[in-house]
Amino acid sequence: MPRPPRVYSTPAIVLRQRKLGDADKIVTLYTANFGKVEAVAKGVRRVTSRLAGSVEPLSHGSFMFAHGRNLDIITQALPIETFQPLRDDLGRLSRAFYAAELIDRATEERSENFTLYRLLLDTLRRLSQVSDLDLVLRSFEMALLGELGYRPELSECVVCHDPSKEQGRYISASAGGVVCADCRPPEIVLHGVSPEALYALQQLQGCTFDEVDALHLGAETWTEVERHLRDAFHYALERDVRSASFLDIVRRRFRPGPAAAPAPAGGAGSPRAP
Amino acid sequence: MLRAPEAEARSLALALIELKEKTTLCSSCQNVTEQDPCGICTDGMRDQATICVVEEPLDILAIERTRGFRGLYHVLHGVLSPMEGVGPDDLKINQLVARLRNGSVREVIMATNPNLEGEATAMYVSRLLQPMSIRVTRLARGLPAGADLEYADDVTLARALEHRQDV
Repeated sequence: MPRPPRVYSTPAIVLRQRKLGDADKIVTLYTANFGKVEAVAKGVRRVTSRLAGSVEPLSHGSFMFAHGRNLDIITQALPIETFQPLRDDLGRLSRAFYAAELIDRATEERSENFTLYRLLLDTLRRLSQVSDLDLVLRSFEMALLGELGYRPELSECVVCHDPSKEQGRYISASAGGVVCADCRPPEIVLHGVSPEALYALQQLQGCTFDEVDALHLGAETWTEVERHLRDAFHYALERDVRSASFLDIVRRRFRPGPAAAPAPAGGAGSPRAP
Repeated sequence: MLRAPEAEARSLALALIELKEKTTLCSSCQNVTEQDPCGICTDGMRDQATICVVEEPLDILAIERTRGFRGLYHVLHGVLSPMEGVGPDDLKINQLVARLRNGSVREVIMATNPNLEGEATAMYVSRLLQPMSIRVTRLARGLPAGADLEYADDVTLARALEHRQDV
C-alpha cells in the first residue's frame, strides 16, 4: 500500500497563534482543504525567521505542512494577501478579530468546509475595503449561522407554523426563529423584535451583501439586529465571544470620524522623512 | 539540588523570598524595581520629555543595550489580545495616560512588538492620545542588520520598501 505523503499544502487563513517554548508558536489556521488546522511554526519569534510574517493572524497564504508526531509543522508559507487596510485601522481590525474568533470557536479541527473558508476570506476582503463594516459582520454572522446548522426561521412562527398569521413579534435563539404573538410558550426565552429588524434579518438571509447594502436601514435597526445575532451565537456556542468586548470598546471610545478610505491595494507608499 | 551544599540551597531560597518581598512595580513607569520610583525614573540625566512604551520589563533591557535611547519608559505588562480576552483595562494604559496629563511629555514612542497584537496596541494607544496632541511614533520596520535580501521574507521586504528613507 502506498504510504501517505509526508507533506501537504493548502491555501489557508491564519486565525490566531500562541507562544510555544522559547521561539516557536502554535498557529491555528482555517485551510481551504482540511478545515481548521493547528500546526507548529518553528523559530518564528526570532528576528531572522522567514516564516514569521506569513503566520501573522488574519493573513491569507499558501502553506505547506509536514506531519508531526503531535502537531503538524509548517514548513513553508507564501503570503497571498496580508489585508493591510485591516492592520492600519482599529475599527476594521477589531471586526476582523471578531470574525476570526467566531470561525475558530464555531468549528472543530480537521472538519473540511470550503464554504466557511470562502466566507471568511470574502469577509476579510470586505472588511479591508468597504466603509459599512458592521453590515459586513451581520452578513457574515447570518451566513455562518446557516452554515453551522443554526439558520433561524424568520418567515413563520416556529411554534404554530401558521403562514396566515401576522409576522412574528418575538424572536428566540433557543427556539430557532420568530414566534407570533399568540404562541408564547413560557419555557422559551423570548425577545421582542421590531418589524424593521425582522425585515433586515430576512434580507440578510435571502439577499446578497450588495443588495442588503443598498437598503439603507437606520442605525437603530442594525443595533437591534446585532443584538439578536449575538444572542443566536451565544446560544449556538454556549459562551460569549471574547473579541466582542474589544469591538464594543473601540466603537464606544473612538467614534468614527470622516471614514478613513483604505489605501489602494499593493503599491509602495511614499518615502518617509527620516 | 539534592547534592548541592546546604549553603547554596539556602541562598537560593533566600533569593527567591527576596524576589517576592523586595521587588515591586515602579509607581511611575510600572517597571519591576526594588525602589520606588525606579532608577531610570529618578535619573536626572535622562530626557523627561520622551517616553518609550514597551510590552514587558525585559524589553527595557533590550533597548537599554542599544545605548541609543536616553528617555523614560512605560511598561504595559502585556499586549491587547482580543481573542484571548485581554482588553485595554488589563494593561497599564490608564497609568500611561495619567502620566501624560501634566503636559511635560512631548513624544511617546510605541515600542510594542511588530506583530498584529503589538500593532493593535500601538494603534489603540495612539488613538487614545490623539486629543492630547502629543507626538506618537512607532519603531521602524524593515530588514535586520547584516541580512541578505534574497532570504528576507516577503512581508518584511514589502514593509522595508514601503518605509524606505532618503539616503
